[in-house]
Amino acid sequence: MSESSLKAAKRPRTDMPTQPPMERIRNYLEVALGYTEADAMAEAGRCIQCKKPLCRKGCPVEIDIKGFIGQLQKGDLPGAYKVLRDYNSLPAVCGRVCPQETQCEGECILGKNPEKTGGPVAIGRLERYVADTFAARLAAGDSACIQLTGEAACRMERPELRVACIGGGPASLTVAGYLAALGIKVTVYEALHEVGGVLVYGIPEFRLPKDIVRREIDAMKALGVEFKTNWVGGKAITVQELFEEGYKAVFIGVGAGLPQFLKVPGENSIGVFSANEYLTRVNLGRAYDFPNHDTPIFKADNVAVIGAGNVAMDAARTALRLGAKTVSIVYRRTKDEMPARHEELEHAIEEGVVLRCLCGPMECLADENKRLTGLKVQKMCLGEPDASGRRRPVAIEGETEVIPVELAVIAVGTRPNPILLEATKGLKLNKWGYIEADAETGETSIHNVFAGGDIVTGAATVISAMGAGRKSAKEIAKRLLGMDL
Amino acid sequence: MSYRILEKKVLIPGQTTLLVVDAPHVAKHAKPGNFVILRTSDKGERIPLTIADCDPEAGTVSIVFLVVGKSTAELNTFEEGMSLPDFCGPLGKPTHIEKQGTVICVGGGTGVAAMHHIAKGHAAMGNQVVAIIGARNKDLLLFCSELGSFCPEVLVATDDGSVGHKGFVTEVLKQRLDEDKNISEVVAIGPVPMMEAVAKVTKPYGVKTTVSLNAIMVDGIGMCGACRCTVGGETKFACVDGPEFDGHTVDFAELRMRLGQFRPQEQESMALFQHKCKCAEGK
Ligand SMILES: Cc1cc2nc3c(=O)[nH]c(=O)nc-3n(C[C@H](O)[C@H](O)[C@H](O)COP(=O)(O)OP(=O)(O)OC[C@H]3O[C@@H](n4cnc5c(N)ncnc54)[C@H](O)[C@@H]3O)c2cc1C
Ligand SMILES: Cc1cc2nc3c(=O)[nH]c(=O)nc-3n(C[C@H](O)[C@H](O)[C@H](O)COP(=O)(O)OP(=O)(O)OC[C@H]3O[C@@H](n4cnc5c(N)ncnc54)[C@H](O)[C@@H]3O)c2cc1C
Ligand code: SF4
Ligand code: FES
Repeated sequence: MSESSLKAAKRPRTDMPTQPPMERIRNYLEVALGYTEADAMAEAGRCIQCKKPLCRKGCPVEIDIKGFIGQLQKGDLPGAYKVLRDYNSLPAVCGRVCPQETQCEGECILGKNPEKTGGPVAIGRLERYVADTFAARLAAGDSACIQLTGEAACRMERPELRVACIGGGPASLTVAGYLAALGIKVTVYEALHEVGGVLVYGIPEFRLPKDIVRREIDAMKALGVEFKTNWVGGKAITVQELFEEGYKAVFIGVGAGLPQFLKVPGENSIGVFSANEYLTRVNLGRAYDFPNHDTPIFKADNVAVIGAGNVAMDAARTALRLGAKTVSIVYRRTKDEMPARHEELEHAIEEGVVLRCLCGPMECLADENKRLTGLKVQKMCLGEPDASGRRRPVAIEGETEVIPVELAVIAVGTRPNPILLEATKGLKLNKWGYIEADAETGETSIHNVFAGGDIVTGAATVISAMGAGRKSAKEIAKRLLGMDL
Repeated sequence: MSYRILEKKVLIPGQTTLLVVDAPHVAKHAKPGNFVILRTSDKGERIPLTIADCDPEAGTVSIVFLVVGKSTAELNTFEEGMSLPDFCGPLGKPTHIEKQGTVICVGGGTGVAAMHHIAKGHAAMGNQVVAIIGARNKDLLLFCSELGSFCPEVLVATDDGSVGHKGFVTEVLKQRLDEDKNISEVVAIGPVPMMEAVAKVTKPYGVKTTVSLNAIMVDGIGMCGACRCTVGGETKFACVDGPEFDGHTVDFAELRMRLGQFRPQEQESMALFQHKCKCAEGK
């Protein structure tokens, strides 16, 4: 590192402005407010434009991070946007929800010696800034193409080339946006009444405003993508019927939405919810706005959330916003092992969520009306490291505790949804029930049927779902248009 | 996309209504036992309703609903020519129908409509279908003549005895089971207490008994677990593992409790809706 570049980097990371904790738990608005232009320029200025940028290796889709930050340093916002769009179909989303600390920012050279350098460049925050600001500056007459690709015009429509996507989450949306920009006619079949997948039914408004997802979907509609909501693949239409109707390829992006339960006694008591149900009611059903919206939600003063990933943090922070007085995260291991994004964990703690580590749920206790009264937990300690390298939680014989709660939300993972898989003959699954797809193209055991996202990998991340969608989209374009992209 | 209502038939004024909805892809795939999930507005709740009949040629699906709360009351304000914003289906596992001899189909209240589609399926398979239907009085009986068109026997029970047997469908069922030892299956669809009572009656006879569980649902495709029920000591999702299950192994007490989970909110929602309707009428 040269002297001058070190100086540039020495400033600490530019803070993200946020709503104050005690204010934000009383509303459902976004917590992180986004960089101002001055913030963004200051933070972009910290990047030393490494010859061999490490950040890029940390990114699952290898975004040219140095490139987009370089454009920003020059004040070229459209240029920065174009670089991002060349790799990432959902930069406004990923800027907000990617676990940057274990990806790009985890590799950034400035993170190696934070005392001296002020910590890694806030790549995610810059990504969000570029995407939001670019979209905000689009004029009414600008083509949808520029939003989806950063380029002024897309290809002519080729209505005879039709592709169907089943499931409307980030994996499918990526396929749709990518192919639509090439003139291919895409139809997305989504089971729920809104498209967006987890971005809409799972991740709450206060972390990812739904308008951002809608903005992307509107741009796709303007480019001719057709969205058919309320269509369950395997029930309302089968893969075979899609081919019979003239689709040339099918992409399966149905996610891994089946909630897992704990299999402990009392789990069907009133007041015990899967995180999926709890979050779907609140986000998809807008139950935070009941009775203005019809979907009800269960309210309680004392809440326990079991699990410590992003889903658990989202559920815990949602419960606070719905008026809970105490919300605990109940987790078998310790804070260090919590898989949630750093920022979410920090925000949850700021908002007053209590961490009850080294507690394994044993039983849901209920009264005679089957209403939950408490969660009985087994106290644990950390033992030897397991196969994953994490120290294994071990029960401390005889030490249990009852946490008094009227609402428990279970966020301990999901499994693949079998509806479409069982209805699709010849679709090869792996031993965990996920679809087997080619690592390079995403093609499944059925010719011209592709799959990607959580239904292939198990619950993962938005960026990996998007990356998988992109791989398949390229392969589909290659087959349909005969081009090598 | 929206789903036009082609026909509205008030079966019992203010209570029970039949809608024929234009939904060709649902009609094409619908089988007896399937249900749909619909919403009445873009602020609406997702509510499940059984497919009472379908016509794949015409591309239509019939639903019959009882007004019990806000969503069904709002659904009842829809008229012919209007469209539902969301109509998703067919959902759930279809009824297991095989050629097996004599099947008794028991229906209570609005459940008769759902039972009708299943009975029709059994009849089409060549089974002898005995329909037993019940209601409080003869004016509230549903689908009597429709069932008569393919069931050799339609037995009726009313609480007040205004037609058929005075009393419960379970009494008629018991008598029928006593008379005829060759019943291969009993299907019961209706209010939870009725299905529970039917299962209790058939148990000593050892007759296979199928009930359809109307658990509270959200997505209807297995993604939330709202609809979980205990069947044979195991947790099942009514929307994807059912809604039909072996009535002898269902934990009905749990189902009843879970159906009451949101009672305070449901009452609040309905009161607000009725208030708005009154205001709209200028009262
Ligand atoms: C609460 C929550 C918080 C999360 N937070 C983060 C985060 O902060 N950062 C991050 O990177 N990742 C996060 N994730 C994970 C991330 O959202 C997923 O990995 C990603 O959305 C997977 O994308 P996908 O396209 O594979 O599937 P999904 O987003 O699951 O979308 C699948 C879609 O397919 C539909 N579908 C299912 N079956 C059918 C069918 N048979 N026919 C038609 N449609 C069907 C579903 O309704 C859904 O809309 C979170 C997940 C959850 C649940
Ligand atoms: C598979 C299935 C098939 C059904 N078929 C029919 C049918 O053919 N005809 C018919 O009249 N009814 C049917 N029901 C019941 C119907 O879904 C409820 O009556 C309806 O949801 C009530 O909504 P509401 O807002 O009018 O009343 P609310 O006041 O909200 O609720 C009244 C009662 O209905 C039940 N309920 C409420 N919300 C739901 C929900 N989202 N899902 C399921 N139950 C709920 C609860 O027990 C509640 O106490 C079926 C239910 C299921 C699960
Ligand atoms: S590693 Fe860090 S400093 Fe180097 S190019 Fe990437 S973001 Fe900039
Ligand atoms: S309704 Fe959500 S799993 Fe059955």
